[in-house]
Amino acid sequence: MIEFTFWDILRNLLLATRWTIVLSLIAFVGGATVGLLLTFMRLSSNRWLQRLTSLYVDLFQGTPLLMQLFLIFFGAAAMGHPISAWLAASIALTLFTSAFLCDIWRGCLEAVAKGQWHAARVLGMNYFQTMRHVILPQALRLSIPPTVGFSVQVIKGTALASIIGFVELTKAGTMLNNATFEPFTIFALVALLYFALCYPLSCYARYLEKKLYDAGLR
Amino acid sequence: MTLVYVDNVHKAFGDLEVLKGINLSVAQGEVVAIIGRSGSGKSTLLRCLNQLEKHDSGEITIADKQLDAASMSPKELSENVGMVFQSFNLFPHKTVGENVCLAPLVVRGEEKAEVEKVAREVLEKVGLSDKYDAYPAQLSGGQQQRVAIARALAMRPKVMLCDEVTSALDPELVGEVLRVLEALAAEGMTLILVTHEMSFARDVADRVVFMHQGRIHEEGAPSELFSNPQTPELKQFISAVL
Ligand SMILES: Nc1ncnc2c1ncn2[C@@H]1O[C@H](COP(=O)(O)OP(=O)(O)OP(=O)(O)O)[C@@H](O)[C@H]1O
Ligand SMILES: [Mg+2]
Repeated sequence: MIEFTFWDILRNLLLATRWTIVLSLIAFVGGATVGLLLTFMRLSSNRWLQRLTSLYVDLFQGTPLLMQLFLIFFGAAAMGHPISAWLAASIALTLFTSAFLCDIWRGCLEAVAKGQWHAARVLGMNYFQTMRHVILPQALRLSIPPTVGFSVQVIKGTALASIIGFVELTKAGTMLNNATFEPFTIFALVALLYFALCYPLSCYARYLEKKLYDAGLR
Repeated sequence: MTLVYVDNVHKAFGDLEVLKGINLSVAQGEVVAIIGRSGSGKSTLLRCLNQLEKHDSGEITIADKQLDAASMSPKELSENVGMVFQSFNLFPHKTVGENVCLAPLVVRGEEKAEVEKVAREVLEKVGLSDKYDAYPAQLSGGQQQRVAIARALAMRPKVMLCDEVTSALDPELVGEVLRVLEALAAEGMTLILVTHEMSFARDVADRVVFMHQGRIHEEGAPSELFSNPQTPELKQFISAVL
């Protein structure tokens, strides 16, 4: 059996943290792109698009991320197109993230006071001019704190990818533990590393929240 | 010359009939104050005049153009009708100058330098030329409402609608807004204002319209109307508010 020093453990965990970060980024960028699309579908005047989007959001918000991950990973295999844990995790996290971001952003758009629509309308602005110059800039500012806050959930959500065998931080911790039987040290380090990723984001979200408040937008 | 002509306008929200046949005509340069109890349909009437609400039946004509089903785009409407709201509704993410310039720039596509010049003029008119670069949140309520008036003026509307524009203000700030409106009236701007400021209606309006239960119950010159109300409803209303 190979001996692992503390530094070996830490080094391996840090290397695995890269994949947690990469997976988080994929989930976030993919989720934001799909989420933006969904937000506009939700806002469209087409009833069917609205319903379809609501259903999508409800579905992904109303089922555990783990089940989504299983369905995509094992579902693809069952249908004769096995996909890598990488791809399955990226797809599942993107879909999951998009549903939540869509909901957050729709809320922000609706949080812009109705009077803003009226004011723009009596000044002669059409729907797109109002969106572009009046509503979106305000909604964007409102959306930054909850969006940054949600990114913390995405990072923690990537831990589930370990269950389908994707080697990120949590999986690396499990594997190291199987080799060293030092669960306390290892999982304390794993937790610490997650914290190091998430805490600055939480602080940043809180800082943005305060800045918004000071700007008189809330 | 008649600028605003309202003929037998009806409006209902579900089963609630809010306007039950309004007839009103407002001449160019006239100042009309609309008074009446809460719920009598004053705001709804104003909102029909700029199509924030669609009236169910009847005719509204502004500057010889009929306002119904898509006959007037928001852009065209804004050339005729300006509006100031009780809650100011300034754009909080834009400076005072940007608030005033936005619509002339994006709706009219006017030259930036020209628009900024007009913005400074209208802000001067409301006594806020030094606040060009301030944000709405940095201003008092009275100042914000004056910016809202300037913003409406920058579109050079033919008639301005004001819906209780001083009701959200602290008492000591009401005067500065009313003075701006008074100056506009003196310059010949056509104004239709819903107001609870009876002394303002009496001093500044050419005509006072008393609305009651969705109808124009009584109207006339303020001196007449206030000193010699004809209907018991108006008598009661006047004794309640004065
Ligand atoms: N969008 C709406 N949907 C349903 N009912 C409405 C709507 N807008 C107004 N109403 C109702 O119509 C009636 C008249 O409202 P309106 O706002 O015109 O009254 P008002 O004379 O302006 O009163 P106030 O002095 O309180 O502003 C009220 O009973 C109100 O509840
Ligand atoms: Mg009202």
